[in-house]
Amino acid sequence: MIYFDNVSKRYSDGRSVALDGVSFQVAPKEFVSIVGHSGAGKTTLLRMLIAEDRPTEGQVFFESIDVHKIPRSKLPKYRRKIGTVFQDFKLLPHKTAYENIAFAMEANGRSDDEIAENVPQALALVDLEDKVWNFPGELSGGEKQRVAIARAIVNQPDIIIADEPTGNLDPIATYEVVQILKKINDLGTTVIMTTHNKGVIDELGRRVITMDEGRIVRDDNEGKYVL
Amino acid sequence: MITALKRIVRAGFVGFWRNAFVSIAAIFVMTVALFVIGATMMIDTLLGVSLENIQDKVDINVYFVPNAEQMDIDSLQRSLEALPDVESVTFTSREQALAEFTERHKNDEVIMQGLEELGDNPLGASLSIRAKETSQYEGIATFLEDQKAAEDPSKPLIDEVNFVKNKEAINKLTAIIQAVEKSTFIAMVILVLASVLITFNTIRLAIYTTREEISVMRLVGASNMYIRGPFMLQGIMYGLIAGVLALLILYPIVLYLGPATEQFFQFNLFNYFVTDFGYIFAVLVGTGIVLGMVSSAFAVARYLRV
Repeated sequence: MIYFDNVSKRYSDGRSVALDGVSFQVAPKEFVSIVGHSGAGKTTLLRMLIAEDRPTEGQVFFESIDVHKIPRSKLPKYRRKIGTVFQDFKLLPHKTAYENIAFAMEANGRSDDEIAENVPQALALVDLEDKVWNFPGELSGGEKQRVAIARAIVNQPDIIIADEPTGNLDPIATYEVVQILKKINDLGTTVIMTTHNKGVIDELGRRVITMDEGRIVRDDNEGKYVL
Repeated sequence: MITALKRIVRAGFVGFWRNAFVSIAAIFVMTVALFVIGATMMIDTLLGVSLENIQDKVDINVYFVPNAEQMDIDSLQRSLEALPDVESVTFTSREQALAEFTERHKNDEVIMQGLEELGDNPLGASLSIRAKETSQYEGIATFLEDQKAAEDPSKPLIDEVNFVKNKEAINKLTAIIQAVEKSTFIAMVILVLASVLITFNTIRLAIYTTREEISVMRLVGASNMYIRGPFMLQGIMYGLIAGVLALLILYPIVLYLGPATEQFFQFNLFNYFVTDFGYIFAVLVGTGIVLGMVSSAFAVARYLRV
């Protein structure tokens, strides 16, 4: 469902290259991990997919849509197909867990009834029914990331993008978050995750794309963390 | 669509209250800006009125000696009216002149006492001549000077022709007022520009504090209008409140200045404020609303760029 076709990204100084002729595909319901050192181009790759960044060369397709030909006014609608999770959670500090998730649905123009029905379901999926009315400041790192995941899935996106979702978490919280992402994947949502946590990758036993200096150096279907 | 509108409006109000301190700062800055605009409007009106007044006052007055014969005055009036350049000739009798004088100086004790001591009416009758064009006064003045020169010295009629005396004062005043008008216009442009920039910056600062929120909104796929809407609504509220506040500050000032301007310019600023309140309200509140809305839209646009 996702195709990267010879995608390159060079910055204006002409020398620094974030991506160098990257091509790969992701099939529906796949769980793909992208690994590599800092600066290998993992995050740039994800930014291309949500059209936050444009490639200097090559094309990115989401199903049959050329992502970078979507007019700016249609971008929000496109982004609603993608749920995003970040290392630093990006929760709104002045809203409770419930409101943070409801906010994503409101922004998508969902009705109040839908919101009242779906938000508790999403919170249940990430095991946070007892923290519904807590503010992000009152939650642990793992709990915050679970709220962020609930927010990412609540609009039933086709795909979840997780950029270093466990980067700020302790081993137990990391394990929980990865289990939740696995569960979401089992329920039928494609997941693309970047990480440099060896334990996570080896435990998952799913497809691993290894990047180095903007290039894909390995792409294994039941990969291990090799660098 | 209606749900979205409802949410935008609610988010706008919530944002306004939740960031009360920032809102107050923005409103305060905008109030000052709008007050400056309102004050320059008042000054500009006063200057315009005084220029008109002065231009209106350009005429030639022929003062007759107090014991002048009505017949001679009438004949001079007729010959003046026969001149092609003359627009109108107005006769003021000695009694009218005294009445006007008394009216004008009724608050001045010294002059009134002096007048009483004189007993007799010291003022002569006069003719006020208005030309069709300002440039034609010169010719009329020459005609009158000739008349005066041709008089029988033992039985004078014309006491004074005041054109030459007034001419310089009128020219000078007009020049001063035009210079003042020009400089107030420049000052006004600078002040308005400064106000716009300060307002814009304040609102940008206010929105800067919520940039995280904006990035999250984009992340979850909120449309640009949905993101911008609440901020623009807040901008409108800032402008509306600031406009009303600026009017509230202006009110006591013009109330206080009203009688003074009445005396000095023969134009009551307070009456102008009251009768043209609709216009002033529209300008100040309208400027505030547009300024707030546009500033917000621009400020948010910074964080909406991909």
